[in-house]
Amino acid sequence: MTLPLHNGEQLNRAKIPQQNVAEFRQQVIARVREGARVAALFGLPGNGSVPMLAVLANGVSGKLELVGTEISGEYPALTPDVPQVHLFERELAEQCGVIPKGHPWLKPVRFVKSLRPGHDTWGRAANEQPLVGVTNFYRVEGDEVHEVAVGPVHAGVIEPGHFRFQCHGEDVLHLEISLGYQHRGVERALLGGPNKRTIHYMETLAGDTTVGHATAYCQAIEALAGCKPPARAQVLRGVALELERLANHTGDLGALAGDVGYLPTQSFCGRLRGDFLNMTALVCGSRFGRGLVRPGGVVFDVDEARIGQLRERLEQALRDVTSAVNLLWNTSSVRGRLERTGVLTTETAREIGLVGVVARACGLERDARQEFPSGIYQFVQIPVSTYHTGDAFARAYVRWLEIQRSVAFVREQLNALPAGPVRAKVGPLANNATVVTMVEGWRGEICHAALTDATGRFAHYKVVDPSFHNWFGLALALRNQQISDFPLCNKSFNLSYCGHDL
Amino acid sequence: MFRNVAIRLQQGHRTIGFPKGQPTLPDRFRGVPVVDRAKCPVGCRDCVEACPTDAITIDRKGLRLDLGRCLFCTDCVEACPERAIRYTQDFRLAGRRRDDLILNGESLKQAEALDKKARRLFGRSLKLRQVSAGGCNGCEADVNVLSTVVFDLGRFGIQMVASPRHADGLLITGPVTENMRLALKKTYDAAPAPKIVIAVGACAISGGPYINHPEQHNGADNVVPVDLYIPGCPPHPLTILDGLLRLLGRLEDGRPGA
Repeated sequence: MTLPLHNGEQLNRAKIPQQNVAEFRQQVIARVREGARVAALFGLPGNGSVPMLAVLANGVSGKLELVGTEISGEYPALTPDVPQVHLFERELAEQCGVIPKGHPWLKPVRFVKSLRPGHDTWGRAANEQPLVGVTNFYRVEGDEVHEVAVGPVHAGVIEPGHFRFQCHGEDVLHLEISLGYQHRGVERALLGGPNKRTIHYMETLAGDTTVGHATAYCQAIEALAGCKPPARAQVLRGVALELERLANHTGDLGALAGDVGYLPTQSFCGRLRGDFLNMTALVCGSRFGRGLVRPGGVVFDVDEARIGQLRERLEQALRDVTSAVNLLWNTSSVRGRLERTGVLTTETAREIGLVGVVARACGLERDARQEFPSGIYQFVQIPVSTYHTGDAFARAYVRWLEIQRSVAFVREQLNALPAGPVRAKVGPLANNATVVTMVEGWRGEICHAALTDATGRFAHYKVVDPSFHNWFGLALALRNQQISDFPLCNKSFNLSYCGHDL
Repeated sequence: MFRNVAIRLQQGHRTIGFPKGQPTLPDRFRGVPVVDRAKCPVGCRDCVEACPTDAITIDRKGLRLDLGRCLFCTDCVEACPERAIRYTQDFRLAGRRRDDLILNGESLKQAEALDKKARRLFGRSLKLRQVSAGGCNGCEADVNVLSTVVFDLGRFGIQMVASPRHADGLLITGPVTENMRLALKKTYDAAPAPKIVIAVGACAISGGPYINHPEQHNGADNVVPVDLYIPGCPPHPLTILDGLLRLLGRLEDGRPGA
């Protein structure tokens, strides 16, 4: 028994079927066999036993399902049967102090204290501060095998993370990624909300995905409050989300060019990324879309003059991005470096539950805009861009396909902006309710799940950034690669550290 | 080859004129805020209540705005019944001391240059090691942008370097999470003296949206001494550039200095 629901549909919490652990496991395993993916799996830390919820997402049927159970102490881990939940179960063990027995890789995720004092999976005292990066790293032994440790502070202007390579000569046998350095305690601080800080947490969960996370949050609030944002606001959110995608994809293609030592495209795209950011700033004053998306709609409207300016800049930027990016595809030395570097098979991608650009570059048609459309995407469809080779080239090429489609979308929307207001009033949130929202951010699927208590405050708020699903993909892509290809592989994924660490 | 040259010409010259000319910013850009205290109704605390980071307080003289905490959002502007708070286009926000970021009726004090000796050392060549200590990648992204052809940081002799051993100082973003505290301290210690520290963004100055979370340390100056604060969430690249140039004594009153 599961509870079917739509993206952004409010339901009473009591309707979520509560099953025993065996039935719960069976449901999750069965749904994943049918082709669903686990969009979220989390526990609600409290005093007694731990309620656990799974959000199952079937992209083919467009169906979301909720299923729940309760755990006290330990339970048989799902990971051996459903590998894609491996990080969710580690998170559950860390946050709630319950033990998924038989988990093959039960290590801390963010190196933080348990949210249930007195229950710690690794038996640490309640006042003991976990030491970040101190864990039993996987080790390969043998003659001529050596270990390379990188980070948390890296050479570039980039967020911190620790990477541990097991190498034989130049070849990487295994890479282990250990994060948590960016942990700011967001999920803990969201409890009891919403309050005046909540939207600002959302805008900075992953600062390069401000519009994506803010939209997922606002859709959750609107569902819980029974508010329908006006059509014009929905379109403007879509435009801002695609501009965010355009800026980041363009920046990534430039950075990839830089990582293979091809400077023309690097410097052209570095500037063009800013041109897209400045288009967002034209709408709302902030290059990152800060202050634009709010519950009930958007804060800034655009008049005819501004639309005209946006249109003009969009066409100019597309022209310049086209010539800059085509240089990549027409330069054999660039293609030679991208092709067959960091390959992931479709099967692996499916098994470990990859999402977003990275999944589409493995041939998986996963795109929340198509599968679980919300807002303007319910009415306007953007074709899903895929490529089949699963290498760094595919990850670059899918970005280029998406740039073209996002420009077409923005152009079309600017030409047909519905009239009317841009913001509706938002009332109090429903009591004892639940909602799941999915938004396709530029990296991939953003999933937010909110549960309210008897007074309409957040009893729990779960954030899943696409990076949470995808970091393990990077680790696998590095196997049997040259260690010198790490920067290139890393950039081709370009995952968020803070979105993972929260 | 010819194609590359043709595309190079098509892409054009893109480096901005700043600091020689004044840059154009989008009309909705939120720079230095101004408060018309005369408009404040007696006893009104609407903006104080609305501010997500408690950047606004009221003392005897009226509203007091801490730009080190300010997220440059529109919450106070929207909450004010008299429209007494508005943002200007002025992007020059940097200050040398934490107290310089507090607006209480007077105009903002521009960041002073380093002393003569430090300017002799760093004025024409400044190498910085960037450390993200809980930053959301907003500040990091707009620091990165300075190295693109648009801002071309290199023309001022300023460069982001890969190792603290090669650096004259640190540029810190993020509130300094507990999990990054030791790494930040070690990076600071690894840079040779004399060294300077620049805190970029609301998080690195005060903790920003994460202020008072036990998982972080309310900004860089609770871990290492800070020489320059650059407010914003994130600060515009021009705000960062302006701050860096002022610190090096290469800008005076918006015009290029000696």
